[in-house]
Amino acid sequence: MRTVHAFGVAALVMLALPDPTFAGEGKSGGILRMYHRDSPGSASIHEGATYSINVPFMPVFNNLVIFDQHIAQNSVETLRPELAESWAWSADGKTLTFKLRKDVKWHDGKPFTSADVKCTFDMVMGKSPQKFRQNPRKSWYDEVNDVTVNGDYEASFNLKRPQPALLSLLASGYTPVYPCHVSPAEMRTRPVGTGPFKFVEFKANESIKLTKNPDYWKKGLPYLDGIEFTIIPNRSTAILGFISGQFDITFPTEVTIPLLKDVKSQAPNAVCVVEPNNVSTNIIVNSSNPPFDNLDIRRALALALDRKAFIQIQFEGQADIGGTMLPAPSGLWAMPKEMLESIPGYGPDVAKNREEARKLMQKAGYGPDKHLAIKISTRNIPIYRDPAIILIDQIKSIYIDAELDVVDTAQWFPKVARKDYSLGLNLTGNAVDDPDQSFYENYSCGSERNYTGYCNKEIEKLFDQQSQETDVNKRKKLVWEIDKKLQEDVARPIIFHSRTGTCWQPYVKNITIMSNSSYNGFRYEDVWMDK
Amino acid sequence: MFAYIVRRLALMLVTLFGISVIIFVLLRVVPGNIVDILFDAAGFVDPADKANLEKELGLSQPIVVQYFNWIGGLLHGDLGYSYVSEKPALQEILPRIPITAKLAGLALLFSASIGIPLGVISAVHQGTRLDYTLRVISLSGLSLPSFWLGLLVLMASVSLVGAMPIFNPNPRTWTEAFAIYAVPAMAVGFRSAALTMRITRSSMLEILRQDYIRTARAKGASEASVNYHHALKNAVLPVITVIGIEAAFLIGGLIVTETVFNIPGIARFLVEALRWRDYPIVQNLVMFIACVVVFTNFVVDLLYAAIDPRIRYGD
Repeated sequence: MRTVHAFGVAALVMLALPDPTFAGEGKSGGILRMYHRDSPGSASIHEGATYSINVPFMPVFNNLVIFDQHIAQNSVETLRPELAESWAWSADGKTLTFKLRKDVKWHDGKPFTSADVKCTFDMVMGKSPQKFRQNPRKSWYDEVNDVTVNGDYEASFNLKRPQPALLSLLASGYTPVYPCHVSPAEMRTRPVGTGPFKFVEFKANESIKLTKNPDYWKKGLPYLDGIEFTIIPNRSTAILGFISGQFDITFPTEVTIPLLKDVKSQAPNAVCVVEPNNVSTNIIVNSSNPPFDNLDIRRALALALDRKAFIQIQFEGQADIGGTMLPAPSGLWAMPKEMLESIPGYGPDVAKNREEARKLMQKAGYGPDKHLAIKISTRNIPIYRDPAIILIDQIKSIYIDAELDVVDTAQWFPKVARKDYSLGLNLTGNAVDDPDQSFYENYSCGSERNYTGYCNKEIEKLFDQQSQETDVNKRKKLVWEIDKKLQEDVARPIIFHSRTGTCWQPYVKNITIMSNSSYNGFRYEDVWMDK
Repeated sequence: MFAYIVRRLALMLVTLFGISVIIFVLLRVVPGNIVDILFDAAGFVDPADKANLEKELGLSQPIVVQYFNWIGGLLHGDLGYSYVSEKPALQEILPRIPITAKLAGLALLFSASIGIPLGVISAVHQGTRLDYTLRVISLSGLSLPSFWLGLLVLMASVSLVGAMPIFNPNPRTWTEAFAIYAVPAMAVGFRSAALTMRITRSSMLEILRQDYIRTARAKGASEASVNYHHALKNAVLPVITVIGIEAAFLIGGLIVTETVFNIPGIARFLVEALRWRDYPIVQNLVMFIACVVVFTNFVVDLLYAAIDPRIRYGD
């Protein structure tokens, strides 16, 4: 058997934890009623790329490890064991071994074993005969060679090179363990998990119902008898339902800042929190074709942005300015303020920035008498359209006359993929606040989500360097350097990082909204209602 | 009459065939399909995965083959599978039909039971304050968008009674059932009631000026008998035509109303299915709606003959 030499930071954290006694002061009983913002395409978390799937189905599953559900900021320090009792890194940092719990059963009564772990990750890595319809997070495991098992209760991830971030990726709400004996098709319609709640039914456009798992391996949990999600795509109707007390909680991180005022005025007892959701609004620039193949014009564009104005108009000041990584204090990897402000376009003097931008435009042959006419493409959804309109207004000041080109969702990706745009207004959500997830997915050469096709081999080397770095402080410095360079290269100018609200009735207890991801905090096993 | 009915039925089949071709082609002319949407949402495209999924869903077949597969299935009662839920389309569509049927039926009932009497009253009292008031109300009905009216009703409901009618498939009380169906039906039927009222009014005004009405009055018939027995019976023909057309147009209003009141009927389902390019659902639902519209028109035509003995459908 392979010798496991060293326990990682996470394992040390585990040792410091008291023996888990699961049931606390909560009262048992009651159905938590939540509205859902839309009808998710399926019930299979692994095949989804929206938290519309995570919110209702995360309570059905468990991960190997999970971010502490009551600490808002996800980090390596908040990793907790779930299906894994413990984990350990090998001395070379290339093998991550999990010891699994022996008392866990799937909702259909079959025992959970290491074979399920292997099956799940083989499928995610595309190495299984069973295939997902879509597999959006396959690239998360690019550095994993394979998953091997040692008996029924030990599984190891064998890596090509050290990747400390792997544990964080495994702790995401996007990374549940699936049962081997249930097909992907069945998991899309009738998911079977090991989690605190069992799936009851999913009526598209109508409702999703979960019921308490009485055999949950965390004895005494869950407190709730069930969770019912009523699908209400119309935001006004949904909010009115919450105000009138017909729902116990709003859909997480879906209440906009202006709407929050209405909720607070009409339901003054409601508990509301506003947190960053790690979704950045950014500009995708087609640098393969004129005019944005000209670096001067791209730089002028970055200099023309008045980020504070965006935030004031859309969020009444409650959003954050930053680079690729989520800004501090919620974000773990954000550049220091002074470093950020040294990037062209981030300085506080907007007039001066724009003056410089106009000079660059004039150098490129444009000016007061010769404006550059372009289209700004974006999806036909308010959160995309609204900032696009503000952007159009702002770039007028640098001789760019832009026209809004709204694109139906079905056409958006094909359009972007064939580079049929000049500028696009885009939103990028990050499931895990970790540079590995963000950098490789959005900026590495050849990545499918690297919409702009930005490719810088030098930066790519830095991606790998930071990814392997085990010293957090050293890794942070590398990440800052990369992020700064990405902004200076105008790879995908970040306009702002949004914040959104969540409200619940005062009798709902133990809800924590994560502050650096909106994908990971919905297990709901110890949520209870004081009614 | 029999020959007319047979001819109309044959024409209905031709119309439905034409509609099936139009729906099918239009859906595929619109750029993007379910696979594009799924992969767009995932933001990750492996061309091989995409091609596999297109093949699995039958989207890689020639369009003519796809059409005949659909029609062939339809004739055998096989509506295919929803691309999104992966359940049989019939299983997805059937439970939603009664919900929308109840809503549409109530809306039409509301429209006729409010629109016709108010139209008669308005015509009989032409030029009075009552007439002006009713005309203003009917104009508002025509001008208010139903989504706005629906939201106003919901807001009023929350503000006045602290609750709002959220759909429940098994209402426990009559009051709950009333709130679930009747309130949205009134919201969607308001526009239709206004239109019915205006048509009834103008039709009544025309009839009330006819010689035979004057004769009926001269013979000493009561005002009620003149208005409702002699005049309304003859004025109702264009009203029936309008109600028939409104029944067809109602689906448009229901999309909005079902969305605002969160009712899981076929109208909202159709919009969602369109958003996902869920062809089996969209095709079959539109065909179902087309059948309802074509059949309603057929019934309206037959009603003409039943109501007005002067109308005869010859061979």
